[in-house]
Amino acid sequence: MNLFQYDFMLRALVGALIIGLAAPALGIYLVQRRLALIGDGIGHVALTGVGAGLLLNRSPVLVAVVVATIGAVTIELIRARGRTSGDLALALLFYGGIAGGVLLVGLSDSTSGNLNAYLFGALTTTSSTDLVTIAVLGAVVLVAMVGLRPALFAICHDEEYARVSGLPVRALNLLLAVTTAVTVTIAMRAVGVLLISALMVVPVAAAQQVTRGFHSTMVMAMVLGIFAAGTGVWVAATANTAPGASIVVLAIALFLVVALVAALLRVLRRRGADGLPGPAAEPHEVVLHR
Amino acid sequence: MTGPVITVTHGVVGYDGRPVLRDVSLTVDAGEVVAVLGANGSGKSTLIRAVLGLVPLSSGEVTLFGTAQRRFRQWHRIGYVPQRLGAGSGVPATVREVVASGRLARRGVLRPAGAADRTAVAEALAAVGLTDRAGDPVATLSGGQQQRTLIARALAGRPELLVLDEPTAGVDMASQEAFAEALAGFVDGGGTVLLVAHELGPLRPLISRAVVVHQGGIAHDGAVPEPAGHHAEPDHDHVHPHGPDEPVGLWSS
Repeated sequence: MNLFQYDFMLRALVGALIIGLAAPALGIYLVQRRLALIGDGIGHVALTGVGAGLLLNRSPVLVAVVVATIGAVTIELIRARGRTSGDLALALLFYGGIAGGVLLVGLSDSTSGNLNAYLFGALTTTSSTDLVTIAVLGAVVLVAMVGLRPALFAICHDEEYARVSGLPVRALNLLLAVTTAVTVTIAMRAVGVLLISALMVVPVAAAQQVTRGFHSTMVMAMVLGIFAAGTGVWVAATANTAPGASIVVLAIALFLVVALVAALLRVLRRRGADGLPGPAAEPHEVVLHR
Repeated sequence: MTGPVITVTHGVVGYDGRPVLRDVSLTVDAGEVVAVLGANGSGKSTLIRAVLGLVPLSSGEVTLFGTAQRRFRQWHRIGYVPQRLGAGSGVPATVREVVASGRLARRGVLRPAGAADRTAVAEALAAVGLTDRAGDPVATLSGGQQQRTLIARALAGRPELLVLDEPTAGVDMASQEAFAEALAGFVDGGGTVLLVAHELGPLRPLISRAVVVHQGGIAHDGAVPEPAGHHAEPDHDHVHPHGPDEPVGLWSS
């Protein structure tokens, strides 16, 4: 019998697939920037938005998009200033965000189950309106991240060089911040505030074990993301587990498998090279310390 | 009419109130190859960073191609080669991908790469002798090859002015020579060069003028000074400690 004959399961699957595709497309830039955990922080801030939405009887997701965007832009402005106090400011913002969220959700007349849905995801309660929001925002994120890849790669790889190239560095940084906020908020439905960073970061971490270039890493991370999301929903439906947690556990399992395969390939390649010290072998250019 | 490519007039730069450059004036004309020399901490890197607008002047003025730097927008005319690429992140990037970002100044953010971009990248890779490494991750290259990748990135934009920050510091001899050759090709094509150096090495025959920065001021502007003291000994091996030992894979740390 087909689990996906139910509309709510189908919506859950489509939503998860869109997020599985969009989150790593953004995440690769955050990983390259060493901001792998920023998604987590913005997730905390988004929770205040959810609380405000529930309290004001507005769509929690839309209010969360607005609040998370304000939070992300604030974080980016602090980062661009490059002052040491930025670290502390980030901590204030993150914990202020989660505490504000819990406070506001408590003030509204929703139940604690409602809070859990945002903390850990509630994919199966995705309504068709939610799905439209996820699809539209997911498409915007994908188009921006894939379309602007050369420029975003340049600013994440070497920001000073990008400035001397005359790129609109500040605008692109703000775009990344806003995109992070949007992705976090739509992914909140699937995996929850506390697991969002995993979908952005883990597929990238897995892909870069075996890839050689930025483009190939991005493609592979998106494939792994969509695979983890799809399989995660299926596992959740079959084994009756939490969808968000299932997706993240699968992504981490994928990471372990890819890392293991990559290590095996390296060993085999080294053995092969030892066996065939032919003239084609290049002299070593670098000495690896590790 | 071809005016000066770079002018710095009474430039002053200070970090947190501590002056690093005091009242520096400098003019670079088209076709010149100017080396900025000086000890570590003399302010020579700050000088070129101020020229590029990476550090703000607290007073004075910089012009690029006759336009005040604040209003300068034709960044495709300038190729910048930083001292080294910032610490990598673990996301791999191929040599070709890094060099291709040198085309962005010309192409802009929105236009996708075309045939002209691919040709320019291939030519830049050939100019520094890295064509056969184009598909390799930069992290697997030696320090010298990474440095050549950075000059290829600057050359890919077909600039009129190259600005290089210590391009040969800690780079092996073979790479230094490949580097000098690529630079000579650029100069022969009519390019202007401003470079910061601690040692000139194989670049020396290319230099048309030297500017020595000492304690934030210009101490000499003219012919390349002759090496003195132990620097003049023929077997001086031009090895200076540059801080603690760094691993070869600068991108992988």
